[in-house]
Amino acid sequence: MGAYFSGIFSGLWSLFVGMGITFREFFSPTVTVQYPYETLKMTARYRGHIELIADEEGKPNCVVCGMCEKACPSSCITLAGEKPEGAKKKVLTGYHLDFTKCSLCGSCVESCNFNAIEFSREYNLASTRKEDFHFDLLQRLKDRNS
Amino acid sequence: MSLTLLNVIVAVFIAIAFAALNAAYLVWAERRGAARIQRRPGPNINGPFGLFQPPLDGVKLMAKQLLIPGDVDKILFMVAPVLAMAPAITSFVTIPFSSHIVGHNMHIGILLVFAFASMGGMALLLAGWSSRNKYSVMSSVRAVSQAIAYEIPMLITAITIVMITGTTDLMGIVKAQTGGFWHWNIFPFKAGLFNPLMLMSFLIFFICSLAETNRAPFDLGEAESELVAGFHTEYGSMGFGLFFMGEYANIVIGASLTTILFLGGWDCPFGLFPGVWWFLLKIYLLIATFIWIRWTFPRTTIYGLLNLSWKILIPASLFNLLLTAGLLKVF
Repeated sequence: MGAYFSGIFSGLWSLFVGMGITFREFFSPTVTVQYPYETLKMTARYRGHIELIADEEGKPNCVVCGMCEKACPSSCITLAGEKPEGAKKKVLTGYHLDFTKCSLCGSCVESCNFNAIEFSREYNLASTRKEDFHFDLLQRLKDRNS
Repeated sequence: MSLTLLNVIVAVFIAIAFAALNAAYLVWAERRGAARIQRRPGPNINGPFGLFQPPLDGVKLMAKQLLIPGDVDKILFMVAPVLAMAPAITSFVTIPFSSHIVGHNMHIGILLVFAFASMGGMALLLAGWSSRNKYSVMSSVRAVSQAIAYEIPMLITAITIVMITGTTDLMGIVKAQTGGFWHWNIFPFKAGLFNPLMLMSFLIFFICSLAETNRAPFDLGEAESELVAGFHTEYGSMGFGLFFMGEYANIVIGASLTTILFLGGWDCPFGLFPGVWWFLLKIYLLIATFIWIRWTFPRTTIYGLLNLSWKILIPASLFNLLLTAGLLKVF
C-alpha cells in the first residue's frame, strides 16, 4: 500500500520536474540557424569539391605535373596543359573535375607539391542533372578573378 | 419558440466560427510553442510571427483532392469526420462564456456536454472501422478503450462538483463559485465545506480531459511511430482537416469545462473588471498548459494508460466522491 502511494507521488513529482525543464527551455534563446536566410561559415577543415589556387597574378599555381590525376582513386580529374614557345614551365589549359564520382578522399590535395589545389567550402550543391557536377575548375578560377 | 430556435441557429454559426478560428490559431500556437520548447523559432515566414500560416494551411487542405480509397465503407467513411466535428461544435452552444454570453443555457448543460463528448469516441471508431486498414482498426480499438477508461473518473469528478454546487446547470455551477477566488471549487476552503482533496479532483479532471481529447501523452490513437497515423490514416484533404478541427475544438471544450467546474468560470479572482475576458484568459492558460504538457512528455504505453485510469484515477475520484458526500452531510 505504501509503495502504491509513494509510486504515485514520485511519478507526479517527476512530471512536474519535466515540465520545469521545458518551461526553462521555452524562455531560452533559439539555437537553430535559419538556413536559406542565414548560413554558417564553414570550418577550415570542411571538405567541399576541390578548387584551384591562384598566385598573386591570378594565374593557377598548377604546373601540370599530373600527380593529382594519378592519385585520384576514382579518376575524377582530367588535366590538360601545354608548353608555350620559349616558356620554362607548362601552362594549365584545362582542369576538369567529375564530381559525380568524387568521394572527397583528399588524395589529390595531399599529392600536390605545388600548393595548387585545395578543398572549397562549397556545400550548396544540388541539381537534377549529372552534367552540373562536371566542373571546369580553370573556368571557375577565371570567374573568381573577374 | 421560434426566437429560441433562431437563437440556437445564430449560436451554432458563432460556435462554428469560434471553433474554426480556434482550431486554426491553436495549431499556430502549438507549433510556435513546440518550437520554443525545442529552441527553434517555429513558423515565422508567412506574415508577422508566421500568423498567416493557418489560413494558408487551410487553403492547402481545401484545395486538395478528397480521395476515397477503393474498399472502404463509403457512407461511414464520409460520416466519421463530420461526426468528429459536429458534437464538438454543438457543445459550444451550451457553454456559458459569461453571465450574458451563452448560446442556449440548459438545466442539464453538464450532462449535454458529456453526452456530446462521448460521441467523439464513436467518430474515431467509425473512422477506424470504415477505413479498412488494420492500423486504423487497431487505433480505433485503442481510442475507444481509452475513452471509456477516462470518461469514468471524469464523470465521477463532475458528480462531485454537482453535489457541491447542487445543480447541473453550467451557469448555476459558476454562480455558486462567485465572490473571490477562495470560493472556486479547486480550493478546499469553500464556504461550509472543507474538502482537502479538491485540488486532486482538479488534477484528475484535467488529466482526463487530456486523455479525452487524444492528446500527448495519451495520443495512442494516432501513435504515428506504431500505427502510421491511426484512425485518420486514410483521410486526406478536408476529411483530415475536420478531424483536426474536431480535436482542437475538443481541447477548447475541455479547457472551458475545467474552467467552469473548478476555476469559477468568468468569475474574476479579486472582483476586478468582471467579464468574458476572465473566462478566455483562464481557458487559454489551460490550453497553453495542454500544449506545454504535449511537448514535455513522451507517449505512454497502452497498459500504462489503462492502469493509470483503473488503478489510480478511478479509486481516487471515487474516494473524493465519498468524502464530499460525507462532508456535505456533516456540515
